[in-house]
Amino acid sequence: MRHRAWAFSLALFCLLSLRTGAREFERSRRTERISGSAGDVLEDDPVGRLKVFVYELPSKYNKKILQKDPRCLTHMFAAEIFMHRFLMSSPVRTLNPDEADWFYTPVYTTCDLTPNGLPLPFKSPRMMRSAIQLISSNWPYWNRTEGADHFFIVPHDFGACFHYQEEKAIERGILPLLQRATLVQTFGQRNHVCLKDNSITIPPYAPPQKMQAHLIPPDIPRSIFVYFRGLFYDVGNDPEGGYYARGARASVWENFKDNPLFDISTEHPTTYYEDMQRAIFCLCPLGWAPWSPRLVEAVIFGCIPVIIADDIVLPFADAIPWEEIGVFVAEKDVPSLDTILTSIPAEVILRKQRLLANPSMKQAMLFPQPAQPGDAFHQVLNGLARKLPHDEIIYLKPGQLKLNWTAGPVGDLKPW
Amino acid sequence: MKPSLLQQIHNTRRSNSLRSSSSPQDGGSGAAEAAFRSPAGAFWLLLHALCCLISLILGFRFSRLVFFIIFSSTVTNIYTNSPVFSATTTTTTTTTTTTTTTHTETLTLPLPPPAADILAPNRTRSRVVVGRHGIRIRPWPHPNPAEVMRAHHIMERVQREQRIQYGVKESRPIIVVTPTYVRTFQALHLTGITHSLMLLPYNLTWIVVEAGGVTNETAGILERSRLPFLHIPFIEKIPLRWTDRHRMEARMRLHALRLVKERMLDGIVVFADDSNMHSMELFDEVQKVKWVGALSVGILAHSGNSKPMSDKEPTEEEKQNAPLPIQGPACNSSGHLIGWHTFNSLPYADKSATLVGEIGTVLPMKLEWSGFVLNSRVLWEDVESKPDWFRNLDDVGKDGEEIESPLALLKDPSFIEPLGNCGKKVLLWWLRAEARADSKFPPGWIIDPPLEIIVPAKRTPWPEIPPVLPHETVSSIQEHTEKQSTRSGRSSRPRRASRSKKKHDPLAQISVAAQKQQN
Repeated sequence: MRHRAWAFSLALFCLLSLRTGAREFERSRRTERISGSAGDVLEDDPVGRLKVFVYELPSKYNKKILQKDPRCLTHMFAAEIFMHRFLMSSPVRTLNPDEADWFYTPVYTTCDLTPNGLPLPFKSPRMMRSAIQLISSNWPYWNRTEGADHFFIVPHDFGACFHYQEEKAIERGILPLLQRATLVQTFGQRNHVCLKDNSITIPPYAPPQKMQAHLIPPDIPRSIFVYFRGLFYDVGNDPEGGYYARGARASVWENFKDNPLFDISTEHPTTYYEDMQRAIFCLCPLGWAPWSPRLVEAVIFGCIPVIIADDIVLPFADAIPWEEIGVFVAEKDVPSLDTILTSIPAEVILRKQRLLANPSMKQAMLFPQPAQPGDAFHQVLNGLARKLPHDEIIYLKPGQLKLNWTAGPVGDLKPW
Repeated sequence: MKPSLLQQIHNTRRSNSLRSSSSPQDGGSGAAEAAFRSPAGAFWLLLHALCCLISLILGFRFSRLVFFIIFSSTVTNIYTNSPVFSATTTTTTTTTTTTTTTHTETLTLPLPPPAADILAPNRTRSRVVVGRHGIRIRPWPHPNPAEVMRAHHIMERVQREQRIQYGVKESRPIIVVTPTYVRTFQALHLTGITHSLMLLPYNLTWIVVEAGGVTNETAGILERSRLPFLHIPFIEKIPLRWTDRHRMEARMRLHALRLVKERMLDGIVVFADDSNMHSMELFDEVQKVKWVGALSVGILAHSGNSKPMSDKEPTEEEKQNAPLPIQGPACNSSGHLIGWHTFNSLPYADKSATLVGEIGTVLPMKLEWSGFVLNSRVLWEDVESKPDWFRNLDDVGKDGEEIESPLALLKDPSFIEPLGNCGKKVLLWWLRAEARADSKFPPGWIIDPPLEIIVPAKRTPWPEIPPVLPHETVSSIQEHTEKQSTRSGRSSRPRRASRSKKKHDPLAQISVAAQKQQN
């Protein structure tokens, strides 16, 4: 009698747990956690794991530049400004430099804009150099390590190479004074001069409110197979084709312009964001530089990014498993892009969409104002925290200097 | 750093040849200064200017070709491990000369090497080479039908998954009530609604009530749809006046509702008139109804005239109706139903059509039936949870009671649920386009057997074909129909020429009109 009662209650308990388990399974099918160490890392909290000291630079390095041109707050290089603002009011900031693990120099090098809104990098090396001279003369912390525990935000096309043409940027190389510092940049390409081993790649800035304002209900069926809007030929700078995007964008156009599955054109529709939400694949080919805000937009709108850029290093590559989320196509395989995309099994596509639907994934790509947990600011701090503790070797003994202050093109040595 | 000669060449060439939108003041001037400082640099600058002039004359840039040919020996032994981009891939076509305008031809010049390697040969180099690449185009750059089918399967699977996750969780079956009758445009309208219903993912029962009894035409269209339908006859014939037709259709719908009640069909009753246009979202929206719901209907009232109405300035009332008139529920700011938007028919009072097919605006009723949906359980007998503000269906329509809109079925219209974002979303469109009641059309729109008599037109537009004699008509009709379609392009020119030459001749006009109709 007693056994029967126990068995009955046990059976009832099992049944109830199964039912609730099934319901939770049902809910979790909508999004999928990026399992394993990579996914958990996205939700880490950097507060308490590191301390950052922000140098007080005269306002000619930051505020005055921004006042001269407030467009810097909305273009895709705005991360440097927002990172400064975030750090000023963040709990990881410390006012005591002796207990700081990392040092941040707020210098806006990407804010000298043409009338069209494109940043000119010609004064940036001098500006950076002048800022470093200032911090090395007013505080002892630069000379202590020659910048090995300092980080700089350089979101320009080719990072700290400070040029928009790749050949020129490669020639210049990374600014010699930044050889030992950690660079936080949007550019990332393997085995490239302008990417150091210890750099942190971040996504380009995309305005979060603007994208939120264009969200459409998720039950609208995705009826576009492949979507892309942008230039295929840069007629102004590369009229014959072949330079721009290493010919990859032109190849996409020539091969697929009459393919009904590919919705590609150079128009600027007002429904650009809404159309991305109705597409299954969004092409993210390289342009003059391999990175583009399209990646951020694709992740936010749940469209699987098709990345056509050889050897690219994607943002937060150590925290986000891009292989599982996006599709990588080699530039030489662009003519068979339709075969590649249609031969992906449907289950793989659904899984990628579930991973993209994960809110922590979307949050990690954004720079919201004010900062929210799990966003790109926190991912940068997480990345910096993962590099701690510093090696003892970075602390230089007096008299041991590694940086060459006179290296670089002659034009860089002029004071700013 | 010691700039080598090659690097200097690259400096000067690249800074001058790559025109960027923002002229690099510092970069260009720096390179020019460096060039002028050494006489070798000046020489190369002059040579480059000469090359530019020659290119201007020739029409393509040949300087790269020259440089490659001169320096290929020095280049290849430095860069033995870089994959020199040559025409080894099977997908590219090789041309060594090209004009600057055709960017579809792929260029396969091996690349000028990146300058960075001269500077730091011991640094690990990227496999990706900077510089000019060819544009890869496959030999047949057109879609492959098998792949297109695969892509559609993928899209279908993704959309199904979206529906499972974000769509309606437990979908109820839909009961569509359509009154119809045989007329010229019946095939047009009924096919339209057939296709809309074929796209629905829900369980469907289609009740088609036909005035004048069951006919083969309607049955033919319904069977081709392969939908589960019930074809119900309604004995009376359809009247000619619009008002009478509206009333009869209301009676036909009530007849269908009685059938739903008798057979205890379960689902959501949607009144889909065959001439209306329905959006697919409508059927997703009606799943939300609890008992009785109301939707907004867009009214596409039009005049039967082919002339545009706005010969004069549109009047104030026409302007008021000009942003498309909508019939449907009206809500207050908290989303509760407070009234109804109806169609203002006053401006059309003297222009409205009374007989079917008459020239004039066909007006909708005050509230169209298609703007209402019902839960079929509200019609059943003896259901406990049934609301008491719904009249018993058997009491409706007795004693010659006129049912104009479903509001007459309710004792208390305040319980109606507004759907479609409180009527702000228009999910269906009302349109009444009908031909004249006495217009003739071939049954099933098929002419079988073919026409026996053909009268040759006074002016033959096809001078090559001899005029057909009556005893040859039957056999040659098929040839004629084929030849007409192939010669339509060519015949247009002689037809136009003949038209310009002819005088005002009514018979010729008719024949031209007939030819136009045939084409």
